[in-house]
Amino acid sequence: MNVLVEVDAVSKAELLDVSEAGPAPKRIIAGFGFWIFLLSDIVMFSALFASYAVLAKATAGGPTGAQLFDLRNAAMETAFLLLSSYSCGLMSLAVESRHRFGIFFGAVVTFLLGAAFLNLELREFQDMIAAGASPQRSAFLSAFFTLVGCHGLHVAIGLAWLVLMMIQLSMRGFQQVVVRRLHCFSLFWHALDIIWVLIFTIVYLMGVLP
Amino acid sequence: MNLLGKLTWDAIPLHEPIIVGTVASVGVVILAAFARVTVKGYWPYLWREWITSVDHKRIGIMYIVLALLMLVRGFADGIMMRTQQAVAAGGAQGYLPPEHFDQIFSAHGTIMIFFVAMPLVIGLMNFAVPLQLGVRDVAFPTMNSASLWLTATGILLINASLAIGEFAKTGWVAYPPLSELQFSPGVGVDYYLWSLQISGIGTLLSGVNFVTTILKMRAPGMSYMRMPVFCWTALASNLLIVAAFPVLTALFAMLLLDRYLGFHFFTLDGGGNAMMYVNLFWVWGHPEVYILVLPAFGIYSEVSATFSEKTLFGYRSMVGATLAICVLSYTVWLHHFFTMGASAGVNAFFGITSMIIGVPTGVKVFNWLFTMYGGRVRFTVPVLWTIGFMVTFVFGGLTGVLLALPAVDWQVHNSVFLVAHFHHVIVPGVLFGAIAGYNYWFPKAFGFKLDERWGKAAFWCWFIGFHLAFMPLYVTGLMGMTRRLQHYDVVAWQPWLLVAEAGAIIVMAGIICQVVQLVVSIRHREQLRDTTGDPWNGRTPEWATASPPPAWNFAILPRVDEIDAFWAKKQRVLAQQDLPRRQRRYQPIEVPKNSPAGFVTAFFAVITGFALIWHIWWMAGVGLLGATVTWLAFMFRAQDEVEIPAEQLGRFDRTHPVEVSL
Repeated sequence: MNVLVEVDAVSKAELLDVSEAGPAPKRIIAGFGFWIFLLSDIVMFSALFASYAVLAKATAGGPTGAQLFDLRNAAMETAFLLLSSYSCGLMSLAVESRHRFGIFFGAVVTFLLGAAFLNLELREFQDMIAAGASPQRSAFLSAFFTLVGCHGLHVAIGLAWLVLMMIQLSMRGFQQVVVRRLHCFSLFWHALDIIWVLIFTIVYLMGVLP
Repeated sequence: MNLLGKLTWDAIPLHEPIIVGTVASVGVVILAAFARVTVKGYWPYLWREWITSVDHKRIGIMYIVLALLMLVRGFADGIMMRTQQAVAAGGAQGYLPPEHFDQIFSAHGTIMIFFVAMPLVIGLMNFAVPLQLGVRDVAFPTMNSASLWLTATGILLINASLAIGEFAKTGWVAYPPLSELQFSPGVGVDYYLWSLQISGIGTLLSGVNFVTTILKMRAPGMSYMRMPVFCWTALASNLLIVAAFPVLTALFAMLLLDRYLGFHFFTLDGGGNAMMYVNLFWVWGHPEVYILVLPAFGIYSEVSATFSEKTLFGYRSMVGATLAICVLSYTVWLHHFFTMGASAGVNAFFGITSMIIGVPTGVKVFNWLFTMYGGRVRFTVPVLWTIGFMVTFVFGGLTGVLLALPAVDWQVHNSVFLVAHFHHVIVPGVLFGAIAGYNYWFPKAFGFKLDERWGKAAFWCWFIGFHLAFMPLYVTGLMGMTRRLQHYDVVAWQPWLLVAEAGAIIVMAGIICQVVQLVVSIRHREQLRDTTGDPWNGRTPEWATASPPPAWNFAILPRVDEIDAFWAKKQRVLAQQDLPRRQRRYQPIEVPKNSPAGFVTAFFAVITGFALIWHIWWMAGVGLLGATVTWLAFMFRAQDEVEIPAEQLGRFDRTHPVEVSL
């Protein structure tokens, strides 16, 4: 009996077309809005990629990508970032099951891997500048430092955000707003991964081609 | 190291009497306004009800106030240029030195696009879209407030350049290498870049906000094909914002890196590529045209349907045309620089796409005409602006089709023919629409209509003045007059430019009529009062609530089962078919709490922007820190919503009855 009543209710009221169901719940709105923001961020990166592609050969007599890039370093950076995405994914699962220890553990691992990535990137920048390959040297290097540095800046902001979220989680527990923000953080972190994969391919792998 | 960076007393242009006079009189007006607000004790009210407000209606109104003030500034720049060109013929040098003239044409373009057209359009969307969707606010109300105040930051910075330092002398597009440090060592280009960079963040956040609002928050029953057309055009416009403004942000970041840190993106040396700037600028710039013009098209659609008392002709084709324009707008950017030297094939491709984009626009024009055809058209002020738009815009579009031919473009590029063309599309296409929208939604916003007689006088002054001001420029353009001339030797142009000057003066009369219209309407507000919430016999949900609407817009979310649901409901009520009235059972609702976060962030953005322009590094650090701390405080605040009890909702509905509710 009960089952029948429920089926009836579903077919009348609940099975509305999603587009006619009225305003979406806040969780959906926040996540969707953040998606749109991420898309705009990706458009910004695409402009930086385009300018890098235009200027990649404009070395003005200075060092070329093939001379500068260390693929081993870039591969390690890639490994760190991809692994951090995995730990970030585990953290999201822990959020879903409200598993506090799992969240903190996932966050610490994600943070350490992200920091290791950033450390390698900054060392690479330092070495290049020390060797005279600074962004002021040529248009190619201007574009390189801007594109890769912009991604690095995003990673740094992500790390700061992660710390803030852990503080908020320990202060407030699983309030809806905290869960929403953790969800947005993981979207952000995975988007940075996607952009890095493109940087690794277009800048480093294609850059060392003869 | 200097504590004030590049800032010295020399930055204040005391040797320029025109600037000193302007700054002094603007300063006196601002001080008088502040004094009045202080004496009357309005500050707490302003702070509580407006500055910290996160209500989309108030934010929309503030956007429009900002835009109208900037319209006066931008128009003042325009008429100064017209006056200069009217007199500086033959040997005469006019009254504006080249240094000053160059800043004026740069400021005119920048202000009109970014700080008049954009805030007008965004303000109208803010006000009308949530009401039309039948919901209570936008998706992210506090972010909306931040968007507004970051736009205000940009406005403050660009106007500060008048009194402190200088503005760019590069034109509103700031092409390198001219805008590079080597050729523009002053702070003018930095004012341009930072004010647009900061307000651009605000615009981008608006875009994210509205896309989310329209796609995820609509009244129950309102599927996509039941949305009012203005919401469709707002959606298209905001999708374009999300996809175009980040390009501008990246582009300006690159130019800033060139200027501040010696990078080589667009420089002449080091392998820089100035044409890349031009390409990226118009990859943003052409969609920007449609960001501005599509919402205006939406307003024309609403106005022609409402005042013809007919459903919009070809709703589906209107939606299709809007989205077609949305996509095609990314395929035409190269027509802004056919003379760059691309191959004939490339130019031909972009010439053809530029002509194709005229097709959906033509579809729209026919839709408006067929909406009016056979309708009982009431010739109110918004309708006059709509018809004026159609007549003017079609001709402006035709000269655009001419310019889309690369061979023709080669002859007239960079001439005042081009200046005439883009004013001919953007003034009717955006400004007329915004003024129509302002007259149309004013009674909804304030509870009384605007005066018709002064509104019509304003329209006729604008309409006649506009044609007088810009038609002569087509002629002088074909005679070979290039744009941005501080003086010229060909005296044969002068009669035409005198006619243009007369046109500008008539437009000024139109602006004065609009000021008078506002004052007269406020004085006579009791006679013009709208007590029904539906002064125009409207069709869409915003007319189904009180004027002005309460903070929560709708005590009970309307139900929308068809296009023009409000109109259909009224017909059924008239025919007394709709007998079982919906039980109005009120439930407490939560509305977002006011927040100073947006305003305080913008305050620190002013400090940061100003400091960066003048290379005052410590101050830039303070500003950035302040903005960060503000956002942290916002992130950690305990409660961000207040509950409005059901009794209050019911009481408001009883004291503000509407004839028909959805």
